[in-house]
Amino acid sequence: MHPAASMELSANARAAATRTAPHVTIRGLSKRFADATIYDNFDFDIPRGKLMSVFGPNGCGKSTLINMIAGLFPADKGEILFDGQPLNKIKFGYVFQNYREAVFPWLSAFDNIAYPLKVMGVPKKERNLKVEKIVASLNVKIDLNLYPYQMSGGQQQMVSIMRALVVDPEILFLDEPFSALDYEMTLFMREQLQRVFVETHTTTVLVSHDLEEAVYLSDRILLLSRHPARPVEFVHYDAPRPRTDKTMTEGDFISTKAHCLEIFQREVRKG
Amino acid sequence: MNWKRLEVLLPLVGVVVLLAVWSVVTWLRIVDPVLLPSPAATFKALWTGMFHGKLGVDFVKTVERTIYSTIIAAIVAIPLGILLGSSERLYRSVEFLIDFFRSTPASAMFPLFLVLFGVGDRTKIFVAAFGAALVILFNVAYGVMNARKTRILAAKVMGASRLRVLWDVMLLESMPATFVGLRNGVSLALVIVVVAEMFIGSVDGLGQRVFEAQQMFEMPDMYAAIFAAGALGYGLNLLFLTIERRFVHWSGK
Ligand SMILES: Nc1ncnc2c1ncn2[C@@H]1O[C@H](COP(=O)(O)OP(=O)(O)OP(=O)(O)O)[C@@H](O)[C@H]1O
Ligand SMILES: [Mg+2]
Repeated sequence: MHPAASMELSANARAAATRTAPHVTIRGLSKRFADATIYDNFDFDIPRGKLMSVFGPNGCGKSTLINMIAGLFPADKGEILFDGQPLNKIKFGYVFQNYREAVFPWLSAFDNIAYPLKVMGVPKKERNLKVEKIVASLNVKIDLNLYPYQMSGGQQQMVSIMRALVVDPEILFLDEPFSALDYEMTLFMREQLQRVFVETHTTTVLVSHDLEEAVYLSDRILLLSRHPARPVEFVHYDAPRPRTDKTMTEGDFISTKAHCLEIFQREVRKG
Repeated sequence: MNWKRLEVLLPLVGVVVLLAVWSVVTWLRIVDPVLLPSPAATFKALWTGMFHGKLGVDFVKTVERTIYSTIIAAIVAIPLGILLGSSERLYRSVEFLIDFFRSTPASAMFPLFLVLFGVGDRTKIFVAAFGAALVILFNVAYGVMNARKTRILAAKVMGASRLRVLWDVMLLESMPATFVGLRNGVSLALVIVVVAEMFIGSVDGLGQRVFEAQQMFEMPDMYAAIFAAGALGYGLNLLFLTIERRFVHWSGK
């Protein structure tokens, strides 16, 4: 056999392997709060370049999970590896449910979006370019000179989503990002999120209270039990993108949703 | 008739009523005119005192002392408040002291400060600064402590260092409370300065003016000085409110 050919093959194989290797590996994760064990020896892999949703009963630890992954507070035990490495200077995007308390009211919308770049030490000129780029790519029509308190809820959440995306995050976390918005805005924002995902294929973790939304947007749905939370099932949903309203009428969608609901109800009843 | 246009005049109603009642009372001599001079006599005393007499000098003196003490209080209390507020444990450990001295009437400290700093301006300014500082400190510390956790987390997840979070988030979060503290602080400083001017061997200041006019039974002068002090307090409050509206535009929104 020609030596060069085998070299090439192994390079391809390696590339393929890293493409499919999990992005985040969670092993033996434990976390207790004063009155409850939220995680006890929890194992899970977050796939690379997929949009996954986390769905589970109220208070089961969904926010706690993504907060620990994002390094916002430490786990009691266990390890969280990114590409097999411990956390070091990974760029996260994080969108909080409560946009009112997450955006900075003393900064204009523009400066809010640019803030993470400022933290990273990006020079002003480049910051402005990047902000303008992300605004253009999302096709956002908001006056960015306004302050958050002068904007609608949807616009504020849009600002916080752009703020999360402007750094080209390696992983994007969204904790019930749309639950404080009205229905029309929610539908619009779902489409924006889907567009961003189709364009960038950023590994995305979405916590959602809305099963329809979770299935509609996701490649994978992680169903959690009551705490101490364990992964009950990791449901695959591979409908092609872009998905539309029609997607939600298809048999595959309906059966996936029904399956998730059934598991969820079984878990809740166990409670 | 456009009633809406007239509504802007509503705040004047109380003033007009007060002046009317006052005029009637003095005109009918219901109260001894020596004790309560007419509005005209009072405002004449205010005018001549402010622009041609000693009252203007006293006014400026009191303004100076109040502003100095507030500035000293702010310089000490704001950084300290941020420091204490950024660590809840630290604040809890000195909370009792702050609350205790905040509840101690600053006037009770006069003798102590007199011993420390003598009968000059310094005593008046330092006692007022002491009172104002505790008010400012308390507000700043609580402003920092009550900073929205989500915003701190948001900055943290963007990779902001502890110092940056303190500077970019907590400091700004505490601004509305800081201004509440400054406004209360300057009001308290004025109260303390005026009282100090009355009793700590003063030769000038609005407090001394009121006291002296009373001693010499120059009632129009006394009322004039009281109004000057009132206008000063109101003006200082308004000044800080205006600054607040400008720089802390997001406050209360
Ligand atoms: N800082 C804390 N101190 C004590 N208990 C906490 C703390 N944070 C969360 N908990 C508890 O841990 C559990 C999990 O919280 P978490 O916010 O992760 O749940 P969740 O799944 O996101 O809930 P929700 O669906 O309401 O958003 C809850 O029972 C909550 O009360
Ligand atoms: Mg939650």
